[in-house]
Order: sequence, then structure tokens, then C-alpha cells
Amino acid sequence: MNTILTTIFIVTCITAILATLLTISNKTIGNYGEVTLTINDDKEYIVQGGNTLLDTLRAESIFIPSACGGKGSCGYCKARVLEGGGPVLATEKPLLSKEELDSNVRLTCQCKVKQNIKIEIPEELFNVKEYAVYIEKIEQLTSTIKLLRFNFGDEEISFKPGQYVQLKAPAYEGNEEEVYRAYSIASSVNDTHAVELLIGYTGGIATTYVHHHLREGDQAHVNGPYGDFYYHEDDGGPIILAGAGTGMAPIMSILQYMADNDIKRKAIFFFGARTVDDLFLLDKLKMLEEKLYDFKFIPTLSREESQEWKGEKGRVTIAIDKYVEKGGNYTAYLCGSPQMIDSIVEALLKKEIPLEKIYYDKF
Amino acid sequence: MIEVNPIIIIFAAIFTSNMIFSNFLGMCSFIAVSKEIPTAIGLGISVTMVMTVTTILNYIIYWTVLVRFNLEYLMFIIFILIIAAFVQLLEMVLERYLPTLYYSLGIFLPLITVNCAILGISLFMVTRQYNFMQTLGYAVGSGIGWLLAITAMAGIRSRLNEKSIPEGLRGTPITLIITGIMALAFVGFSGMVQIQ
Repeated sequence: MNTILTTIFIVTCITAILATLLTISNKTIGNYGEVTLTINDDKEYIVQGGNTLLDTLRAESIFIPSACGGKGSCGYCKARVLEGGGPVLATEKPLLSKEELDSNVRLTCQCKVKQNIKIEIPEELFNVKEYAVYIEKIEQLTSTIKLLRFNFGDEEISFKPGQYVQLKAPAYEGNEEEVYRAYSIASSVNDTHAVELLIGYTGGIATTYVHHHLREGDQAHVNGPYGDFYYHEDDGGPIILAGAGTGMAPIMSILQYMADNDIKRKAIFFFGARTVDDLFLLDKLKMLEEKLYDFKFIPTLSREESQEWKGEKGRVTIAIDKYVEKGGNYTAYLCGSPQMIDSIVEALLKKEIPLEKIYYDKF
Repeated sequence: MIEVNPIIIIFAAIFTSNMIFSNFLGMCSFIAVSKEIPTAIGLGISVTMVMTVTTILNYIIYWTVLVRFNLEYLMFIIFILIIAAFVQLLEMVLERYLPTLYYSLGIFLPLITVNCAILGISLFMVTRQYNFMQTLGYAVGSGIGWLLAITAMAGIRSRLNEKSIPEGLRGTPITLIITGIMALAFVGFSGMVQIQ
């Protein structure tokens, strides 16, 4: 008994002494005082030095996309550090390309603010906020895809059709780490007090949280909007939209934007799925077909055996080959898996659509 | 306890009982950071410093606290705690005052915490019942021995860069083979002095 007590006492004492020592030195040696953070040469912030750039920016309510929560594994939190960032760390190098290294791009979760620092971030990021939301509605669309409507209460979000938000998956039973995952907004930009996301179950941390733990009425956290994949008011030529699975989300937002603003452009939406059971939101698409100026929805099924299916079969690229005219003045918006996008881009290039008019979002 | 002059222990720890070549301790950072001489020397000096200071601290705590309260069995956990805390402290100091060295050591600085050579010294000092001066000599000597070994290895590896090595042996395997050959060479020093 005595041994146990002395053990506890001695270990506690030693740990306490060491902890105090470290806290004191963190306050003295690790204290870099107040430094100036200059963003895009015009905004200046006086911040406490010593933290990572990502945390420092977050404290100033500037959110940079980061899926891993600052562990240096996702590589999303990139920003240009013009002055005062110190040398690039070994933990950043694997996630930065040669061009990025040359143009002073850093991972903000690794780069520490220790002196006056100058950075450059896209102007849109000032628009990004973190929202406390609640789940207004959950709808099971297919066996694996759910539509979730997150209500922002009194707050408003302003985004461009096609952009995405990040959903925070907190620690839950079986998952200890907090992560952020990106989901494209499927709802209209006019719907400023809520966003609708399509979330497919993959067994990952965030999709397990959404599919097995979230219920209607629950609280959640969303930040955004992010992304450079959005509808462009360009020359007004016809539009090709293509997606598969939850890749329908940004395209729905683009279509609703076109409907809301009565944009008179020809649009054609190729949607890839396996069977009839994998199709969803058909009534909404039908409504859009009636409402829009000239819109056609072309579901393409790769594994449908039934004779009743009268639509397109096979891969999306086959349907594109059939419906898209060579040399037409198209603009394309693609959202899907990297393999799918690569094959569609290839098919579109064959139709002489220039690469700069093909916008895509790989996930 | 054996009666050996601390000065002799320093030499013995560098040559006859080198941490790397006779005990094969502290191998992970030895292999990972021995690519360039400057970084290797930086890590070697840090290891020597951590080794010396933590061994002294561990010596004091072991003999004044653990032995007095009959808690010798706690030495593993206490030694690791002391080492971890000291490395944290060293990291803060380097980050503030020697950023160049801090950045070139990168991830290997916190990894000194789990460098088994450092824990090894503290444990050997207990099993061999060294007195304070002997412990100090042993820690300093082992640190210098480790520094010598990693610097030599970095020198050899920087010369290997342009040589053609069979693909399956590149990197870690060839380093281990060279370590083995160097260890054989260090056997030549054995028998000069006995410290254990």
C-alpha cells in the first residue's frame, strides 16, 4: 500500500515539476510577442506570435480550407507567404509541387508566425465564415446517398453556384479525431439561410458520422464557401454538365441558378450511374427541364440489364460522343471522380472544346 | 561498482563501447539523418547535449529520489519523462535562437526523445553502478561516440551518392551493411579497456 502511495506521489511530483517548467519556458522562450500579419498588402492584423499561420488566421476569423485539421496531411491549406515565413519545412515538401515551392506557397498549418509576416490569399476567403447550423431535413435518395439540409438560422451564406462548404465531423464513438470534409452545395444561391449537401456513404470518418450519427434537428458546424469551380458568365454558348453520384450537387446548384436568373443558354447534363436504382432527384430535374430555356437531362447507365430502360447505356463518354457536336462553342462543368473526369476531358478535347473552357471539380 | 577513471570511460565509450557500433542503439535517427554531414553533426551535437544533461538529471533523481523511496522499478518511466521534457525544452530553445539548425533537424529533433541510445545510457549507468563522475564521463563519451559514428556515416554516404548501387540495396540496406563493416572495424579497439 505504502509503495503504491509513494509511487503515485513521486510520479505526480516529478510530472508536475516538469510540466511547470515547460509551461514557464513556453511563456518565456516560446513567446514571440505581438507581430504584424499583412494579408494581400492591404489588411493588417496585430496577432500573437508563436502559433501556426492556419490557427492565427482562424483566430482572426479567416478560414483557409483544411480537411485534416492542421496535421499536414491533406495539403489543402496552401497560401503564398511572401515574407517572414522562414524556410520550407520537411513536413511540407511532399505536398508542394516544384512550381508552388518556387512561388513561395506554404502549408499554413506548418508555417509558424514568429515575426512580421506577409501573405497572399484569394480575396474570396474573406467571405468564408464558420456557421453553427442544425439539420432541418435528411432525405435518403438512394441506398448510399443522403440529402441533408443544414439550416443557418438567422445567419446568411453567400456563395457562387458550384462552390463547396466544409462539414466538421467531430470525434464520436469509434473516431477520436476531428476532421473537416468538403461537400458541394446542391441548393440554390438564393436560398441564403440553408445549404443542401449530397453525402454518399463510403465508410470514411465524415460519411459514417453523417450516415450513422446525424439525425434531424442535430447541431453541426459548417464553414465556407470555398472553391474555384463555379458557373461563369462567359460567351453564352451551350453548356455541357457531367457528373456521377454525389457529383450531381454542384450541377444542381448551377442549374437552379440558371433557372432563377432565366439564363437562356442551351444546357445538357450527362449523369453517370450504374442502374436505375442509382438515379435520384429525378422529379426536380424534370421540373428544371420544363422551366429552363433548353435543358436536357441524359442519365447514362453502365450496368442496367433491364429491357425497360430506354435511355443511354454504357459510359458517359459514349453519350457525350453521341450528343456533343464537334467544334460547338461549348463550356463544360464536370464533377466526379478523378478517373471519370480525366476520361470526360479527353472526350471533350476530341470534340475540340478548349481546355480553358472545361471547368472541373475532382473528388 | 568498478574502479575506472572517468577519463578512461570517455575514451572507452567513444571507441570500445560505442553506442552504435557495439550496442546498436539509436539506429533509427542514425540511419535517417546520416545523409548530409552538416545535419548529421547538428543532430550529433544535440544528441550529445541531451544525453549529457538528461543522464545527469536521471542520475540525481535515481539516487536521491528513487533509491531513497525504494522505487527503482519506476526508473524506466521517470527516465523517459525527463528525456521527453528536456527535448521539448531544447526544441523551444533551438526554434527561438538557432532556427537554421532547428529547421535542418526538422522532425528528427522531437525524435531524439525516443532515441534509445539516450535511454540506454541512463539504464547502463544504473546497471553498471557508476558514480557521478563515471556517469558524466560515460554520457559525454557516448554522445561524442554517437556524433563520431553519424558523422563518419554521413561522410561515407555523401560519397556513395553518385556510385552505382544495386537497386535493392540503395538507402537503408547499404547503410546497415556499412554500419556492420564499421562495427567490425571498431572491434579492433576491444579489449583495450573494460568498463562493464
